[in-house]
Amino acid sequence: MNEAREQVLATIRRGLKRGPLEGTRRAELEARLAQPPRHLIPARGQGSPSERVALFIKMAEYALATLDRVTDEQAIPAAVAAFLARENLPTEVVMAPDAALAGLPWESQPLLKIERRAAQDGDKVSITPAFAGIAETGTLLLRSGQDGPTTLNFLPDTHIVLLPAGRIVGSYEDGWDLLRAAGEAMPRTVNYITGPSRSGDIEQTMQLGAHGPLRLHIVVVAVN
Amino acid sequence: MQATSLAFKRNAIAALNNPVLQKALNNIKIGFVRKRAAAVAKLPEFGLLRDAGRDLRNHVLDHLDFYLERFEAQVIESGGQVHWARDAAEANQIVLDICRSVNARLVTKGKSMVSEEIGLNDFLEANGIRPVETDLGEYIIQLRHEQPSHIIAPAVHLNREQVADAFQAHHAPYGFTERHEEPRALLDEARQVLRQQFLQADVGITGANFCVAETGSTVIVTNEGNGDLTQTLPRVHIALASIEKVVPTLEDVSLLLRLLARSATGQELSVYTTFSTGPRHPADVDGPEQFHVVLLDNGRSSMIGGEFQDMLRCIRCAACLNHCPVYSAIGGHAYGWVYPGPMGSVLTPQLIGIEVAGQLPNASTFCGRCEEVCPVQIPLPKLMRHWREREFERHLTPMPTRFGLGVWAFFAKRPKLYRRAASFAAWALRRLAGGAGRIKRLPLAKGWTAWRDLPAPPGRTFQQQWAARREQRP
Amino acid sequence: MITAQPKIGLFVTCLVDLFRPTVGFSALKLLEEAGCTVEVPVQTCCGQPAYNTGDRATARTLAQQVITAFESFDYVVAPSGSCAGMIKCHYPSLFEINSGWRVRAEQLSTKTFELTSFLTDVLGLEQANVDYAGTVTYHDSCSGLRELGVKTQPRRLLGTVAGLELREMEESEVCCGFGGTFCVKYPELSNRMVSDKVAHILATGADTLLAGDLGCLLNIAGKLQRDGVAIKVRHVAEVLAGLTGVPAVGEAEGGE
Ligand code: SF4
Repeated sequence: MNEAREQVLATIRRGLKRGPLEGTRRAELEARLAQPPRHLIPARGQGSPSERVALFIKMAEYALATLDRVTDEQAIPAAVAAFLARENLPTEVVMAPDAALAGLPWESQPLLKIERRAAQDGDKVSITPAFAGIAETGTLLLRSGQDGPTTLNFLPDTHIVLLPAGRIVGSYEDGWDLLRAAGEAMPRTVNYITGPSRSGDIEQTMQLGAHGPLRLHIVVVAVN
Repeated sequence: MQATSLAFKRNAIAALNNPVLQKALNNIKIGFVRKRAAAVAKLPEFGLLRDAGRDLRNHVLDHLDFYLERFEAQVIESGGQVHWARDAAEANQIVLDICRSVNARLVTKGKSMVSEEIGLNDFLEANGIRPVETDLGEYIIQLRHEQPSHIIAPAVHLNREQVADAFQAHHAPYGFTERHEEPRALLDEARQVLRQQFLQADVGITGANFCVAETGSTVIVTNEGNGDLTQTLPRVHIALASIEKVVPTLEDVSLLLRLLARSATGQELSVYTTFSTGPRHPADVDGPEQFHVVLLDNGRSSMIGGEFQDMLRCIRCAACLNHCPVYSAIGGHAYGWVYPGPMGSVLTPQLIGIEVAGQLPNASTFCGRCEEVCPVQIPLPKLMRHWREREFERHLTPMPTRFGLGVWAFFAKRPKLYRRAASFAAWALRRLAGGAGRIKRLPLAKGWTAWRDLPAPPGRTFQQQWAARREQRP
Repeated sequence: MITAQPKIGLFVTCLVDLFRPTVGFSALKLLEEAGCTVEVPVQTCCGQPAYNTGDRATARTLAQQVITAFESFDYVVAPSGSCAGMIKCHYPSLFEINSGWRVRAEQLSTKTFELTSFLTDVLGLEQANVDYAGTVTYHDSCSGLRELGVKTQPRRLLGTVAGLELREMEESEVCCGFGGTFCVKYPELSNRMVSDKVAHILATGADTLLAGDLGCLLNIAGKLQRDGVAIKVRHVAEVLAGLTGVPAVGEAEGGE
């Protein structure tokens, strides 16, 4: 299909009345790719850290996520257990095989039955860490990796996400900078998640839980 | 797919007389138009972002070759493969070859307008592979053997009873024998049926809202999560993208994302925006083993540098459909091919020929609402007018129109004659009306008087009265 | 600012010339009362029917005709957003960049205005010294609204008309379905659009419909009358100029 490739590129260049880019123009575009310039960023997400956290919570709720706040990492397991009990949800949970998650005092909640793996058919509840939160729209940024199976974000009915308040940034761009700073190659999958799955395809009436989770519950961990 | 755009008028009249459709179309106003207005009002920067969005898309098109090559290189770098297709046949064959290479029998699909454009489902089926659409709307119309009637809400033309009929006819093998009409129950049923398909599929095919040159990622934007299950569970992920979908950097995608959901559904952001880069990494615990991108041209490259280049800025938000009074009156099927509404009226003639699609750019009042809401400011009325100009040059304009225009132009170019003709017309129309002030039937203007009266002139033109006055007050 | 007595070339528009001379005289009156000298140069049509049918050659000839007849005036004013929009926004694109005609078209473009926006934005008119006993609703015609930004201007002036109450309709910014040749090429579609418009008008309970473009007014009046609805239809200039003694658009002579 190289012939197709050459023909497509040649037609484009004919339309642009030039050959392949070279010289300064090319160097400018290379530089633009190497140092991506930012476009206008909405002011709403550019406040102080505490304003960002407040905005994140507001926007995530607007997107129909539910939220809990804990002020101590050690309190996460109890908050999760309380949420499941409150909502009458199963206590079998599948957790991302993440070292930081594993270090929390889950044994304090003997009712929770935890497995650490990718999701399978029939899983009801998953728990994953977020890489970052984006205040602008209440969006979670999750990434795939050996400690972050993507299937956990989509197969179970209830998705619980743990988000340290310190990782709530203002904009999508800030989120990318955080990921670039982590220094790894682009993960196979980066998921922005803004609220639980939904569909309006039947008579434009919105229903939650189309194919992905019916519930998205975010535990914001704000260590004072 | 067989285009019925030539029969646009007939299609449109049928649509106007279809009460079920009319009721369904009414949902668009509430579902999309009002929500968009609310979302836009909540973001003070929206106007400036539209300017930036237009400029960015122009920048891409002016350097499309460069960004496509970079995108390709980055996909390969991250372990994926890129396939170039000049037309629908090549794209279909590429997909089939990939499916065959892994002995695929069942393919799940995320929503992709490019897939509709190339008629992929029919092609795969003809070759013994079962494609299953997983976007709820797409799934419903697949069961009904229909085309989407809207680019982001494919089943917007249907009501719940029709969905219930389709499910009842097809879901018995999955153990669903009871008929439900409640949207909740219908959704739950579809969720369970499709869950099995997700888990069994060999290949998952998605579209791509954007292709990021910086990283070699393809991006999909959905609300249901079906696209993610489609591309995460099977062994192979194929992303179909038309060549203009490329965007330089993640920063550039961020800009377009701020425009897309607000323009489309009035959401701040769609529920799921997913960036896919290459196949799963060696240590990953899930994800596909192969990642393929099919880049489709299908006539787009020849739009570069021409009068229709602006159309390639489109990010498929559907705002122009939702706000179009013609689309709102007749829905998408009347347009007779894959892309309806104003964006389709410009794009379709390019893709299937103005000889077939000539009605589409004519069926517009040029009210300009589409351009007003377009997040990348595509001058859709101007581009529709360009099609009319091409038709006129090629003598494709219908004879009565051409003739009428010729007579009118003859007078309009000759002010003195025109004045006399106008005076005569004013007199004659006034006489026809008697003193009634309006005319109920005028054979030469049937199109008008079939539906409304024609207000009659008072008898003497402005120019006549003005001349008389000037004589009185020199 | 503007000269003491600006010289205006009134572009009457072909529809006003034939169907509704009162609108032309209303424009004349408003402009003269605002201190302008008004002339009516030789004219036929702005060329939109040709332009929108794809016949650029005819559109160009007619544009040249208008440019020649009007370029010596300080301003060109039309009681129509559609025709003013044609001259202002589209004439230049009919000619090659940098050609003599292009320059002349661009010059004409800068001094061409729709009537109500000229009165308010350019002349600074704030008060219409007339009265009109009635409840009116206002339809925003598409070209005026989207090409020229005419939205608040007519409403501001109507707000000063004694006795007049303005009640906004739903979707006042949605097209009425006239669209020039559209209404006869696609009559069923056009009918559907004007039917929706009529429903919104009726919902306001207003007794008068106003707009700034005669094309829309003929379309809406024709539909109202076919439906047997007694709502008066007038061009906004008639009300602002106080020339409401003549029958409304499509109304029987001597009233109904
Ligand atoms: S033409 Fe503009 S409004 Fe229409 S779908 Fe494309 S981007 Fe959206």
